Amino acid sequence: MRAGVLALQGAFRAHSEMLDALGVETVEVRTPEDLSGVEMLFFPGGESTTMTKLVDSSGLRVPLGERIVAGMAVFATCAGLILLAREVLGGRADQEPLALLDVTVRRNAYGRQRESFEAPLTIAGISGGAFPGVFIRAPVLEETGSAVDVLATQGDHPVLVRSGAIWAATFHPELCGDLRLHQRFLDEVGGN
Amino acid sequence: MSESGETVRETGTARVKRGLAEMLRGGVIMDVVTPEQAKIAEDSGAVAVMALERVPADIRRDGGVARMSDPAMIEGIQATVTIPVMAKCRIGHFAEAQVLESLGVDYIDESEVLTPADEANHVDKWAFTTPFVCGATNLGEALRRISEGACMIRSKGEAGTGNIVEAVRHLRTILGEIRRLTVTDEAELFAAAKDHRAPIELVREVAALGELPVPMFCAGGIATPADASLVMQLGAQAVFVGSGIFKSAEPAMMAKAIVEATTHYRDASIVAKVSTNLGKAMPGEEISTLDVKLAERGW
Repeated sequence: MRAGVLALQGAFRAHSEMLDALGVETVEVRTPEDLSGVEMLFFPGGESTTMTKLVDSSGLRVPLGERIVAGMAVFATCAGLILLAREVLGGRADQEPLALLDVTVRRNAYGRQRESFEAPLTIAGISGGAFPGVFIRAPVLEETGSAVDVLATQGDHPVLVRSGAIWAATFHPELCGDLRLHQRFLDEVGGN
Repeated sequence: MSESGETVRETGTARVKRGLAEMLRGGVIMDVVTPEQAKIAEDSGAVAVMALERVPADIRRDGGVARMSDPAMIEGIQATVTIPVMAKCRIGHFAEAQVLESLGVDYIDESEVLTPADEANHVDKWAFTTPFVCGATNLGEALRRISEGACMIRSKGEAGTGNIVEAVRHLRTILGEIRRLTVTDEAELFAAAKDHRAPIELVREVAALGELPVPMFCAGGIATPADASLVMQLGAQAVFVGSGIFKSAEPAMMAKAIVEATTHYRDASIVAKVSTNLGKAMPGEEISTLDVKLAERGW
């Protein structure tokens, strides 16, 4: 099982380090050729405006859409979730997401960096105590489609969702040193 | 976890402060002096902008005391873009840093590009919710800044010159010193800490990790896509471009080209493609002809 980590920009290395710790081989994906060699893909956090432009300039938009529609397992965090969303609020007019996940997401919904925070989360299917949620200039899921399962909430909003083989979080499990969520994703999609 | 436990939100932790630096990896942070420039930077794919009154090339030309920017100018840029907005305070000027935090700036650069306010002390950066980036020319300087609470280190380079040579020197120095620590005997780390004038705990951490405990970016003198590729291959994790964009002939094209070269830094064919027909890069300066070396500021 080779996992790709979209490495156009953002916290891709943190995902790779978590996957290394779980014994999963990783490949940095920057081009369509890189994508063709992987069986699942992690979309890291970063700046969604930048990543959206780089998805287009790197020629990845069409092949990404084809692979994901064909059922490739995907784990997206923060900006990665924004990239996959059906609708983005508070973004730029030209920020066209991939529209593969049936959610409406609002960028930077908690405020600026000084409002970035940590909060303990209860995640469905994860035992052993609260999961450390790291929220950085985080987005908020304002609407989720009927086929989207909510696996965790913080305050009034979903923060971890699943729709088919796509998992998406508004927080950063790759920054918290806790492997349980990556492990659970791999278990469910058949990676381990 | 109880319902009430789930509503507890802790701000300003080391994880969220260093975490934003992680989000900027592989990206380009661009100096801008107006909302219009900030828009061009965002349109071109910048991961953040640095709001300041004059780019370093103009600070160098004009001379005089360089200070924090007018809050109205910073707020104008914040209102224009959705990406993070950074701003600079003078070395040791904690009151300027407090003003920047109150404005909601996303990252504060305690910068040698401005005129230092304190000849012995840097800002106590642990006292802030807003994360700080600081410049360094060697490992000891980087670790002193981290011990004061910096969440991101950047090479200083020689800002405003369009000359990459100093940034390369600083990157190679820091990375070479880190490599030496990783093969240093445990008992020799105390003397190494003394030589680097850095806390032993951080020296031990670097020796074990083989890298700084915070992301290290490159700044100072980047003027072309190939410059960005060079410093990324040397080991920088992202780049700051100051005068290099808006002092070039075609800022929007140069900005976009440097963004793509930073992502695809290992693929020379892509760097070649984006470097084609960019127009003139900013005019550069020989380091030996400079009256003031900004990199010497900081203690």
